[in-house]
Amino acid sequence: MSRLATKVALVTGGGAGLGRATCLAFAAESAAVVVADRDAEGAAGTVSLIERKGGSAVSVETDVTQASDCERMVAEATSRFGRLDFAYNNAGMGGEGLPTHETTLVHWDALMAVNLTGVFLSMKYEIPAMLETGGGAIVNTSSIRGLVSYPDLSAYTASKHAVFGLTKSAALEYADKGIRINAVCPGVVKTALVEQSYARMPGFEERSLALHPVGRFGEPEEIAATVVWLCSDEASYVAGAGLVVDGGWVAQ
Amino acid sequence: MTDAQFAGKVALVTGASGGIGRAAALRFARGGATIVCADVDEDGGHETVSLVAAGGGTASLVLADVSSESDVESLVDITMHEYGRLDIAFNNAGIGLFGKPLVEITEDEYDRVMGVNSTGVFLCLKYEIPAMLQSGGGCIVNTASKAGLVGDAGLSVYSASKHAVVGMTKTAALEYARKGIRVNCVAPGVIDTDINTPFWQANPGAYEEFSKKPPMGRMGTAEEVAEAVAWLCTDDAAFVHGHAMSVDAGLLAE
Amino acid sequence: MSDFDHKIALVTGAGSGIGRATALVFAREGAAVACSDIDTESGEATVRMIEDLGGTASFVRADVSVGSDVEAMVQTVVERYGRLDVAHNNAGIGGLGKPIDGHSLSEFERTMAINTKGVFHGMKYQIPQMLKQGGGAIVNTSSMMGLVGLAGISAYSASKHAVVGLTRSAALEYGSKGVRINCVCPGIIRTPINQKYWDEFPEAEKEWLSIEPIGRYGEPEEVAEVVAWMASDEASFMHGHALSVDGGATAQ
Repeated sequence: MSRLATKVALVTGGGAGLGRATCLAFAAESAAVVVADRDAEGAAGTVSLIERKGGSAVSVETDVTQASDCERMVAEATSRFGRLDFAYNNAGMGGEGLPTHETTLVHWDALMAVNLTGVFLSMKYEIPAMLETGGGAIVNTSSIRGLVSYPDLSAYTASKHAVFGLTKSAALEYADKGIRINAVCPGVVKTALVEQSYARMPGFEERSLALHPVGRFGEPEEIAATVVWLCSDEASYVAGAGLVVDGGWVAQ
Repeated sequence: MTDAQFAGKVALVTGASGGIGRAAALRFARGGATIVCADVDEDGGHETVSLVAAGGGTASLVLADVSSESDVESLVDITMHEYGRLDIAFNNAGIGLFGKPLVEITEDEYDRVMGVNSTGVFLCLKYEIPAMLQSGGGCIVNTASKAGLVGDAGLSVYSASKHAVVGMTKTAALEYARKGIRVNCVAPGVIDTDINTPFWQANPGAYEEFSKKPPMGRMGTAEEVAEAVAWLCTDDAAFVHGHAMSVDAGLLAE
Repeated sequence: MSDFDHKIALVTGAGSGIGRATALVFAREGAAVACSDIDTESGEATVRMIEDLGGTASFVRADVSVGSDVEAMVQTVVERYGRLDVAHNNAGIGGLGKPIDGHSLSEFERTMAINTKGVFHGMKYQIPQMLKQGGGAIVNTSSMMGLVGLAGISAYSASKHAVVGLTRSAALEYGSKGVRINCVCPGIIRTPINQKYWDEFPEAEKEWLSIEPIGRYGEPEEVAEVVAWMASDEASFMHGHALSVDGGATAQ
């Protein structure tokens, strides 16, 4: 399938989980993919998976909390592939599982830096590159925790609400300049990051599953497919939206 | 997405005689679905059927007023009788009532708008769900509106009717999430279709004004909404339940 | 809370539950209260309760689903008291405990007629009177189910979502003309409506408790205090809002 042939996509946190699944989904549509991740090995792994299937990809070791890294990852896309069409700002970390007053400032700052500032810094460099080639599409990973909350996840929830707010503002600024910006709000998807979070919160997984109207957690591929669709021309009138992929969680 | 994403599926589209309904019928047909078009407008309905056929697809027309229980029951019966299954339903039939302040809205106008937009969706869900359960599952998309999520001056009863659609969407989604039926709705912003014509005619200059309102600087097309509806009905959207998907160029973000 | 001295308040569904509680609060704060209900006995009982506490009240019977009843009700209030300052459109019926396809058309229509059309009728006749006076405040009773869904109560949820839609739109139409319009979204409250549901579905009374982060159901008085505050001058900048009084239920 080559809906996105000649297009270039950049994914942060592309070395694992939702990011990796989305890199593979972009590549399956023939887009060239820039895999950015703090974990160089993970990113290289994603690139191998793509190349093995005949696709085109490059990895860039990137810490999204660093402006210079974000600048560099975008420069890699434009210098290697000549353009940047799509970006999926997905790099993120999970919550600690502690109530608000026990949450440490260290955890708060670290989480905000990745989940929120990282999205801001990523867009800061992606947008000019896209404006240069006449437009593009950006999807930021918010979460169902960007719409509702859950106990013992205050920093994570705050960061994901903030990402949704940031998404909406940016969307309004660039909608008539050819760049569509949206958020995806995944429900609970079993990735390594989520499993780590759950390990810190005993009983959470069972309770979470019971509360999912659909009776199961999501698959990374389901989020990936949503992101790719949002970037495609088929979503040409979708901007500033938070697309909820959560098995019915926020509907209740 | 391939040309065969809806191959073998039977899709029912209400309000298929024009606008978003027609665009959706054509879109589903392009994906290989067999279409049952429902509407009160016979000429428009026949035209949609012809357009589907011209594109190589299969469609039939059933005249039905979604605010009538017997019409909706027959519509689903005929579909099951003709095709033996129902996989997709796009409950889209709707009428507008734009530009009238609440205190000026008459009982008749209230009843008409709520009858088609809310009761119509209820009746469709009521009869489609058992048919889909019989068919082993299915996917329903209702047409809500940006006005189903927020209010707007001059839209009170329309907004009420579309909020009701959102409420029914969420509840039905919760009831059938584990039974193989996915229910969602689309919330279009300002889309360039005939539902708006009376308002443009009554308010000179409004068309140009509303064209500039969306953050993208233009109205949406029926096809753009149809793409979102179609996507919601693919397996890629299997984890999307009870969602009100905005297709509004950022209007709701403001 | 501001004095409601010399103010005239109208409450529909004043014969029980949230309506009765609100009528009592308005009276406590000095308003003369027109208590309306479809059930004369309970409506008049509310009037007696108010008078026993030294307040001023009267009963006016109305079926809010009938436009002419509501028109006459507002007329009667104006004839008796000369004005109408505050209206609480609260009359409503509850959920049915069956899936959407298990509802009959007449059940659906009845729920919508009372819960939604009743609010439409209320505002249709209250607003012109308030405009004549230069202003007023209206609070409509929606529900937590006007914001989210719950299995088994689709007609109720549809009707309460619709109340939010009516409220927001009417607010935008009349705000600059001095009429403040908001709605309250109660969570699960110990009212006769819910008691009736729990009598029929006893498991629900226990099950629904898990919906309330606060760990208990609400009391009608707790909603009434919020309604009265929203109708008072202290809430003078609150407009077009759906205020949740739900023990945290919609935060999750």
